[in-house]
Amino acid sequence: MSRDYLLYKVRTALGRVSSQAPPALAAPMLHIPVIKRDSRVTEFIRHFENLAGKAFRVADAEAAGACVANLLENRTAIASNSPLLAQCGITSLPAVRSGLRDLDQLRAACASAGVGITSADYALSTTGTLVMLSSQREARLISLLPPVHIAVIPASAILANLDELFTILPTPAQQTSAMVFITGPSRTADIEQILVRGVHGPGEIRVIIIDDVTVN
Amino acid sequence: MPRVSLFVTCIVDQAFPKVGLAMAEVLERLGYEIEFLEAQTCCGQPAFNSGYLEPARAVARHFLRTFQGSEYIVVPSGSCTTMIAHHYEDLFAQDPAMLAEVERLIPRVWEFSKFLLEVAQVDDVGARFDGVVTYHDSCHALREMKIKSGPRRLLSKVAGLTLNEMDIPEECCGFGGTFSVKFPEVSGGMARTKIESIVRTKADTVVSIDSSCLMQLQGAMSRAKLPIRTMHLAEVLASK
Amino acid sequence: METTIKQTVADPKLQLAIYTATGRLMAKRSESIASEVLPDYQDLRTQANLLKKQAIENLDWYLEQFESNLALHGGKAVYCKNAEEVADFVLGLARERGARLIVKSKSMTTEEIDLNERLEHHGLEAVETDLGEYILQLAHERPYHIVAPALHKTRYDVAEIFSKRLGVENEVVIENQTMIARRVLREKFLSADIGITGANFLVADSGAVVLVENEGNARLTSSAPRIHIAVAGIEQLIPRAQDLAVFLQLLGRSATGQPITVYTSFLSGPRRADEIDGPEEFYVVLLDNGRTRLLADPEKRQSLYCIRCGACLNTCPVYRKIGGHNYPWIYSGPIGAIITPQFHGVMQDPWLPFASSLCGACAEVCPVKIEIPKLLLQLRSDVTAAKASEGKSGVELLAFRVFAWVMRHPRIFGFLGAVAAKLAPRVPKSMYPAALRSWVSERELPMPAPQSFRQLWRKRGRP
Repeated sequence: MSRDYLLYKVRTALGRVSSQAPPALAAPMLHIPVIKRDSRVTEFIRHFENLAGKAFRVADAEAAGACVANLLENRTAIASNSPLLAQCGITSLPAVRSGLRDLDQLRAACASAGVGITSADYALSTTGTLVMLSSQREARLISLLPPVHIAVIPASAILANLDELFTILPTPAQQTSAMVFITGPSRTADIEQILVRGVHGPGEIRVIIIDDVTVN
Repeated sequence: MPRVSLFVTCIVDQAFPKVGLAMAEVLERLGYEIEFLEAQTCCGQPAFNSGYLEPARAVARHFLRTFQGSEYIVVPSGSCTTMIAHHYEDLFAQDPAMLAEVERLIPRVWEFSKFLLEVAQVDDVGARFDGVVTYHDSCHALREMKIKSGPRRLLSKVAGLTLNEMDIPEECCGFGGTFSVKFPEVSGGMARTKIESIVRTKADTVVSIDSSCLMQLQGAMSRAKLPIRTMHLAEVLASK
Repeated sequence: METTIKQTVADPKLQLAIYTATGRLMAKRSESIASEVLPDYQDLRTQANLLKKQAIENLDWYLEQFESNLALHGGKAVYCKNAEEVADFVLGLARERGARLIVKSKSMTTEEIDLNERLEHHGLEAVETDLGEYILQLAHERPYHIVAPALHKTRYDVAEIFSKRLGVENEVVIENQTMIARRVLREKFLSADIGITGANFLVADSGAVVLVENEGNARLTSSAPRIHIAVAGIEQLIPRAQDLAVFLQLLGRSATGQPITVYTSFLSGPRRADEIDGPEEFYVVLLDNGRTRLLADPEKRQSLYCIRCGACLNTCPVYRKIGGHNYPWIYSGPIGAIITPQFHGVMQDPWLPFASSLCGACAEVCPVKIEIPKLLLQLRSDVTAAKASEGKSGVELLAFRVFAWVMRHPRIFGFLGAVAAKLAPRVPKSMYPAALRSWVSERELPMPAPQSFRQLWRKRGRP
């Protein structure tokens, strides 16, 4: 059996015995910079826009909904089941489909939609990153298949940095099978090192940050 | 004033004796008594770098014997100093008696620019050199001995000298000992890349603390019929 | 396409491509780790080294922890000792599930075991989806660089490859070429039965696979098909999810100068009961393929700390001259130079550890502090020892024994030097020994000085 053989070889190579506990590992050194809430928002926006994203800061859920409606232009959209999107009135916009729970329907909708609209669980201010955990509220393909991704988040979701994320979420595997960090639009420079956006994932990414909202 | 013992290195001894003479002159100018132990030959690096540990050990033992009584051993080479100060320990890792001797030796071995700055504690040796130079950071000196600002400080005190940094001072010249003859095209290519950068500085002289680097660069520049010459730091500092 | 070192160094187009690509990556890296931007950079390296040391030196423990956490969330660990076992597993699974089409995201490990060839031999279609890898797959070539696999291809090369292999019009605009690939590969993602990725990290305390990318193809490969298989070398383990705070900071910056890549996926099993999309089945192949051999050497096992950032390639003046294809294996550059002889035996490519000037630039940039020059020196003495034991030492061992003898006899050293000084100017170049001919093929030779230092010093009458 390959498993026992492989583990045997590893132990022999290392001079270890089965179930020999490793020496204690020092606790991870996580440095969370002290950044005030308002600075977190402005820092997030700065980094996000540095990567060719476009950020909008709005006062409340209603304003967020209006913002998204504007951004959609004439395109069809698929929205996730995040309650925040419903709160903002996004899921009731005419060109927006949402509430999908069937995988085949979801795939088809994502493959044909011009825009994917999601919320995000967290955001990271020092890098302009969105953090999304797969769940019944957030399907993975919505932020991946359509060529444009719009994320709507409360300002309170913005953390300082990765260290803070791993401090409040030390065991993501307990929460979800898939956590993704999204930092900017899909890109490649594989041909002559020339940058091209939108090679596989969305080529355009927009975020709407709501200053004052309590998520249901 | 104390006595210093020169370890000129095999390449300086046979191919670039002026470097050794220049180093001696600078040290004498500072008031040191100079000793040259004739028993010296080589540090053993060529054998070590080629993977021949036993021959390297034999040469290292000879070095240790030769210099066992010297209080200060001054070396005009970053790579030879590194061999002695960092790799003799590897060579004798399994030999506690030799290892002890190596440990006694290491604090007494000084690369020339470090000796001036840290032991003699001078940065101005009263030199004069009119011209534009550029400085090449030889790899062992830079990365293993962290020698970077020292030689530049010494050069800054030389009257009449202008230092123009090249854009890639830290890039390897391509010598690497037997590498230069085992992989000549790569070695030559590396030299040419370095030389392109040197030419852009408009310097008429390339300075380094390692004669092997200077030999490589000079060889390539002469082949390219460039009028740029090479000089060891000691030669610049000995100039008046 | 086999090239020689000589050809590569003499090819100005290639030289320019390699030099600019690696130069750009290095410059970006430097900017991203500048002390104003990342004051903790050296601390992070130290931590990363300690964390990899912990994982590697207790690898069995972390493997078992990984396996059980993976199982907890519905995934399955598949231990494979070599390439055949991986192929057998994938083929077996494909057969059972009636799978025909496989999409792949970039994975050096799968290249190491020629997985695509093995799968295609058995009638499966395995499509590379990383743009550079896709281009190379169409061109039947292997990657040139760990992070920038197609850096040796121009847009005109790509236009030719696409029109020949995809039947499209000759398109030389890079953005349009990229969109062609997007379109073609989108179809593959959505109809593939199996997605195979590599793994940048395996997280022991979570049973999770971490995928780091910029394009989105790894996300698609791991999200769209019903089955996801991640293939990883056993050395890719890190102890804890929280340790990613260190590794993710270092990987992007060291590789491309990005503080973080566009997408980082943390995948711990098939989709859960309440999740809508994601694979139904999730496997992690844990591959040995010789790694246990590296593990057995206490000095050299640090080679396994590598997180495949490519920084050592970008900074290596030798790599920057000879490019990726002149290395004998898919792992090139300084890391390739130290692991290839350990995997294949030193006598397979005995020249490889010597193809370095030992400048040490690689060790300076390695985010996990692998002591590459030290290992190269050890490998060099392994080569000479192997040659000696096989009776293949040749003239070199003799030459260095003579060297050592001369260097222990200073008067003979002095005498030989004086003889050389007298004779050398008279020897015609055609009679130079090989080493000297090698030197003069590229440079002028310094003549031995007419009088050595010791002779001159004697003349001064000094002690």
